[in-house]
Order: sequence, then structure tokens, then C-alpha cells
Amino acid sequence: MRLENHPVLDFKFEEKKQVVFYFEGKELKGYEGEPIAAALHDNGIRLLRKSPKLDRNRGLFCAIGKCSACLMKVNDIPNIKTCIEPLKEGMRVEYQNKKGDLPEVKND
Amino acid sequence: MTENYNIVIIGGGPAGLSAAVEASKYTDKILVVDENPTPGGQLSKQTHKFFGSKNHYASTRGVNICSTLINSIDKNKVKYMGQTSAVGFYKPDNIVLETEEKLISVKAHKFIFATGAMENMVSFENNDLPGIYGAGAVQTLMNLYGVKPADKVLMIGAGNIGLIVSYQLMQAGVKIAGVVEAAPGIGGYHVHAAKLRRMQVPIYTSHTILGAYGKESVEKAVICEVGSDWQPVSGTEKEINVDTICLAVGLTPSVELLHQAGCGIKYAKELCGYVPLHDKYMETTVPGIFVAGDASGIEEASAAMLEGRMAGLKAAYDIEKFNRSEFINEVEHIEFELKSLRTGPFGEKAASGKKKIFLEER
Repeated sequence: MRLENHPVLDFKFEEKKQVVFYFEGKELKGYEGEPIAAALHDNGIRLLRKSPKLDRNRGLFCAIGKCSACLMKVNDIPNIKTCIEPLKEGMRVEYQNKKGDLPEVKND
Repeated sequence: MTENYNIVIIGGGPAGLSAAVEASKYTDKILVVDENPTPGGQLSKQTHKFFGSKNHYASTRGVNICSTLINSIDKNKVKYMGQTSAVGFYKPDNIVLETEEKLISVKAHKFIFATGAMENMVSFENNDLPGIYGAGAVQTLMNLYGVKPADKVLMIGAGNIGLIVSYQLMQAGVKIAGVVEAAPGIGGYHVHAAKLRRMQVPIYTSHTILGAYGKESVEKAVICEVGSDWQPVSGTEKEINVDTICLAVGLTPSVELLHQAGCGIKYAKELCGYVPLHDKYMETTVPGIFVAGDASGIEEASAAMLEGRMAGLKAAYDIEKFNRSEFINEVEHIEFELKSLRTGPFGEKAASGKKKIFLEER
């Protein structure tokens, strides 16, 4: 949910560009340039990954690119810090497998 | 290809931006790098008004101080690179940056490391459950991006950050179930605590959190009293239904890069961790490398801005050798302001920590 009426801050949502992105194949909306994790939160998604060894649920924690709790697969690239990675139109955001698999390289 | 600058500043928060503003009065070819897309650091999330005197931006909201700093930067002299990480320093004058999925090498005459701090963790059962955030993360969501981060929050820590962020959450329409503080008293300014008490928010002093529970994310927290031995008192457990737990249990200076660059580091409890030794100009044991802000010891943004100015001033002076009396006047002015910030019951702690890590002038 967005803060439309804040007593101190005006987020000027009407001036921002809304973009479509995909989370686990599902179409969602967010604002261009905001961190991917912020757009996911706005859509009610707080579970961002599973811990690689014990398979524990992890969500946004530090939001400054330090703690690794928000690493996800974005456009097939794993280990993207979604807390500081800006959202772009059409991005494909997915859960990653443990420490993340490298994308397949096509040799032409 | 290696780019050349006069000064490279790592970190675009209050200290780094102030350093850039000050240095650009005397020199050019200044680069500011930051991991975030936009500059400002924690300052850009502060909706509350600052205290102190007019010289410390008193009664101005942090977010407005931030835009003032950014607007006063001369873009012909200062370049900003966002989404850029400094990954390594190579003696004597080379720093490697990761930007746009590439590694680039940058040379400079002087470096200012204003790398800030990171939030502390506290141990309790399931402290990794989604819905448990550092206070700064919650501020980022709600004050930078306008996302309502929670419905009901339990705040851990009644220092200034815990108190202020609780109030900011209420401004965003979030309920605060309570503020939990292990110490017998409130750590932050009473004016911030009073704002919460006026809104009937309970502040549980001599309490701690035992655990967080929930299926996918936080649904409930258990807190209990702590005795004078700082141990949980059994039988005093209390369940609180919340969807979010916010940790404001202190910060630790981010000194990794300074350490890697070979700067002398020393532990100072009052400054909340290992910090680089530095002289009154903020220069470390490695000539040409300066530190400023929380990376040199946890204090408030007002102190970070002054330290940034000092580092920027000295770095520029060493390069340009401008009028010496102008330089000395400016140094004395900043020293005076810093000293006045570090007096009184809240400032003395920082002052005694700074004594421990003080380097006499070379």
C-alpha cells in the first residue's frame, strides 16, 4: 500500500512512471527506479528468498545492500540485491535456487 | 583506462555530501560514489526537525537539509556516480569501483571515506523471519518510496532512532504496539519519547525480546522483563500480536574499506566499534585517506556534516594550497562547532571516544 496522504512528505506519485514487471511470472506494477524490493512490498510480497543451507524464510532486512537477505534472480541473473536495484519496465523477478544458478550461456 | 580526479569521496550521505560541497569551494574534479541510486544516505529519510543551533541546521527537517546540500553542489566540479560500489583500494592512489556491471579503476590525489554504518542485530529466536527489519530499512520503504511497511510494529530499542522511527511510522498510519528497551531508562532524547507517550505508546524499559513467530512472516513477538543482571526473568513473558518487528539496537561503523586500505584501526566502545585513527583534520594513518561521519564513530548527522566539511577542506587545501589564514579560520570554525556538539550528556560519550582514537598532527 502507498502512502497517498502523509503529514510531512509528498511522494508525487502522479509524476512518477508506473511500470509493469513480473514476479514469479505474475504481472505486477511498481514505479520506475524504485528498488525492486519496495515494489514487491507494495504488492504485499515480503518473502524474498530462502536461506541457502537451512531453507529458512528471508525478507528485506537492511535495505542498504549489506545483508544478503533480499537476493533474488532478476532477468535470469541470480544474487541481485533487490533492496538497491532499481525497477525497470518488464523485469522478470524470481526466487533463486539456494546460492543461485548461473544463466545458461548460448554459444552461437 | 584509468580516470583521474583530485578527490574521490566514497559515500554520498551527510558526511560525503558535505565534504564535496566544502572541497568544491576550492578545487574541482571531485567524484562522489554511492551504492544507492540517489545521494543523501540516511539524511534523505529523516522527516523530523534537527536540534542544536542554526549553524547545525536546527529546526530543519533532515530531508530538506539533504536537498539543500545536493542543490549547493556545483555539477561542473563534482560528479556523482550512483549504484556504484567501492570494492578495493590499491596503494598509493587507486580505487576500484563496480558500476554498471563493470569494474573500473580510478586515481585520485585524496580520498574521503564516508562509508557510514550498518545496523546491529540482536539475538532472539527466529530473528531472521521476514517482517523483522532494521529501523533504517523501514524508513527507506516509507519515507523514500512511500510504501506503508506494516500494520502494527513492535520497536526494539528506545534510543533516538527507535523513538524517532516509531513516531515516523505513526505518521505513516502504522500502529506501534510498544517500544522495548533492555536498559532501565530511555536512551534517546526525552522530547522524542514524550511524543510517543502522548499517543499512548507503551515504552517497556527493562524488557527484551525473546522470539518472533509466524508461518511465512512475523505474526507475533514474545517479550519479557530483564533483571538487573540483564538476564530474562522467567514468568514475565508477554505475547504481542504484530506483523513487523523493527530493530533499533545501535549501529556499527562500516570500516571495511578503510581497514583494507591499511588505515590504523582501534576499538572504541563509545564510538560503537572499530574505527580508524584520525587527526583533527580527519586524516587517517594513511596519508591522503580521510574518514568522516559514522565510519569514524557513531554520532548524529550534524557531527557527520561537520566532519565531512573538515575532511573536504583539508583535502582541498593540501591540493590547492590556497590562502593559509582563510584555511585556518575555517578549520577553527568547524572545530568550534564540533566541540559544541560534543558537550552535554549526549555529546560527551562521543568526545571521550574520539580522544581514544585521536592522532596527534604529523
